[in-house]
Amino acid sequence: MEQEPRIGVYVCHCGVNIAATVDVESVAEAAAELPGVVIARDYTYMCSDPGQNLIKQDIREHRLNRVVVASCSPRMHESTFRAAAQQEGVNPYQVEMANIREQCSWVHKDEEKATEKAKSLIASATAKAARLDALAEREVEVTPAVVVIGGGIAGMIAALDVADTGLPVYLVEKQDHLGGRVADLNRTFPELESVSELLEPLIERVQNHPQITLFLESEVTQVDGYVGNFEATIGTRANSRMNELNEQSTQVGSIVVATGYDVFNPDRKPEFGYSDYPNVITSLEMEERLAEGDLTVNGRTPERVAFIQCVGSRDIQLGNPHCSRVCCMYTAKQSRLVREMLPESEVTVFYIDVRTFGKGSEEFYDEARSKGVRYRRGNVSEIYRKRSDPDRVVLVAEDTLLGQAIDFEADLVVLAVGMEPRDSASKISQLLKLPRSADGFFLEAHPKLRPVDTAMEGVFLAGCCQSPKDISDTVSQAKAAASSALIPLIRGSVPVESATAVVNEDLCAGCGMCVDVCPYDAPALDELWGVSRINAVLCKGCGACAVTCPAKAIRLQHFTAEQVLAQVDALV
Amino acid sequence: MSEEQFEPKIVAFLCNWCTYTGADLAGTSRIQYPPNVRIIRLMCSGSVDPTYVLKPLLDGADGVLVGGCHPGDCHYQSGNYKARRRVVALKEILRNAGIDEDRVWLRWISASEGQRFADTVTEMTEFLKEKGPNPMRKEWAV
Repeated sequence: MEQEPRIGVYVCHCGVNIAATVDVESVAEAAAELPGVVIARDYTYMCSDPGQNLIKQDIREHRLNRVVVASCSPRMHESTFRAAAQQEGVNPYQVEMANIREQCSWVHKDEEKATEKAKSLIASATAKAARLDALAEREVEVTPAVVVIGGGIAGMIAALDVADTGLPVYLVEKQDHLGGRVADLNRTFPELESVSELLEPLIERVQNHPQITLFLESEVTQVDGYVGNFEATIGTRANSRMNELNEQSTQVGSIVVATGYDVFNPDRKPEFGYSDYPNVITSLEMEERLAEGDLTVNGRTPERVAFIQCVGSRDIQLGNPHCSRVCCMYTAKQSRLVREMLPESEVTVFYIDVRTFGKGSEEFYDEARSKGVRYRRGNVSEIYRKRSDPDRVVLVAEDTLLGQAIDFEADLVVLAVGMEPRDSASKISQLLKLPRSADGFFLEAHPKLRPVDTAMEGVFLAGCCQSPKDISDTVSQAKAAASSALIPLIRGSVPVESATAVVNEDLCAGCGMCVDVCPYDAPALDELWGVSRINAVLCKGCGACAVTCPAKAIRLQHFTAEQVLAQVDALV
Repeated sequence: MSEEQFEPKIVAFLCNWCTYTGADLAGTSRIQYPPNVRIIRLMCSGSVDPTYVLKPLLDGADGVLVGGCHPGDCHYQSGNYKARRRVVALKEILRNAGIDEDRVWLRWISASEGQRFADTVTEMTEFLKEKGPNPMRKEWAV
């Protein structure tokens, strides 16, 4: 079965990018002498159509079964050359690249040394190519269903979008009702629309949707499997007083995480006296009061109202260096509503910076100011009860624009509390193997290009569990997560990593060290045979088990010890 | 070979996701560094077998660089921690075997740290020039 390697080596000029520094002709000549090499050529642009045709033609004429392309980084064009080789019947995994541009011609000026280095990089790639095995590209079928974790606005929107395609959705919510944090709000910014009018039809649609199975007072307790074929266990509280869970398992193809955020607890800033003074409240309590239309504190209508922004946000000492992105706008909204309700009142906002970046937001902020809301730039360092009038408090602050220390009296103080990662984020993170960024929120796969994907294939993020955001952004992201979650389901199958680890059962002693070391639970011990078996679909090809195996019974395909050591031999 | 002309040979095992990409970035940014390094791409620093480090040293390479993602950033969650423990253990073994363990470097270099990659190679090349050729070169030459 082992074919004698017949290798073609292709040295790319990349215009002048390589050829100006590396003597490509002499490199190709040297490559022709390497073991297993049948033909070696150089060409202006290997990635161009004529360049690829050159390779294809050689594969036919010289019956090549391995291809080495010495050009740019494999991250750039490996897929191009793999596809070209595959068209002529060469297994794509028997194509190897030597990176003589990014890691040679672009970083070295000495032509002689760069040429010498290019030769040895090609020798190394060719040594590996000669030992490369043909690997099968594999696909597995998927279960066309989605589990959405979290019944807030993000989870509901994602669930509806998926369900509207006709696929089943399991929506899991911890609380006994839908709506999440948005349900605690009164009006939206900058539209000043009623939140309940927005939310109620949405909740009703979710509850009545034939494709949505709703699990209230429930959580996902276990997730096994992989993209396309997850098994999620949903536990529902049997009795609201007890922690007993009724568990059931469901098969799904993808998972949307929409677990939201925690609100910063202002008791962590004791200098604001939140628990001591009834006239110091949080912005969420203010929402409630605005909804009820009752702003009285200590039995009287407030004359002076102060808002303090960035409470628990942009605060390195509290471990929250991030901006919560919504506080500037909801403070503008609340302060403006106070001015409208109590036109006699003096309303002042203490801020560090005002960030009103959303559509229509800057205009809204301008309007708040034109309605008489005063903005004073400066941090409040302390709040204490006024001695001569115990119903009032005094804010100790610094107006940083005037450069003045001020004592500011207020009847009502609203703390613009920020967003934090959920307490349960670490649990979810372990459950789904989701990495978190430094701020504790879940980490997206790429900040620009894959904002709702995660490091775990088939698991997608929506809403504030990824980072603080407003309702509009949350809905956009939820819709994005729903459509990304649908991709594998509509495709019907998912490609799986071919370069996985495999066990040689003749050598395996069944010690189980590979089981311990694998972050993906891919190896499992077969108790009957006393050997380890690796589930190729779960394996991501990191190779940790292959190094750990004391019997060297595991090899990581495409990066085997034999291949790597042959590369070393060619280099040293 | 006179000491002035000594050019160390460095074999580098770089993880695909961070350091290899960081080295690519040094390229696209045209950051110059000594041509003494030869890179072998692996998927993860956690897949660097001790033999990968030992073999080049025994064969006469002057240094081995292992490059991985910063702690917490591993594409495979914890491969870089595995690499760190392995390199620590390996250095202990090298020391006991009379092989200079300072010839083995483990560095965390992210995909965005092209400059750091170039600096590391420059620093390591200078360090090895100072140190002189790997004595294994002479001992193993027939």
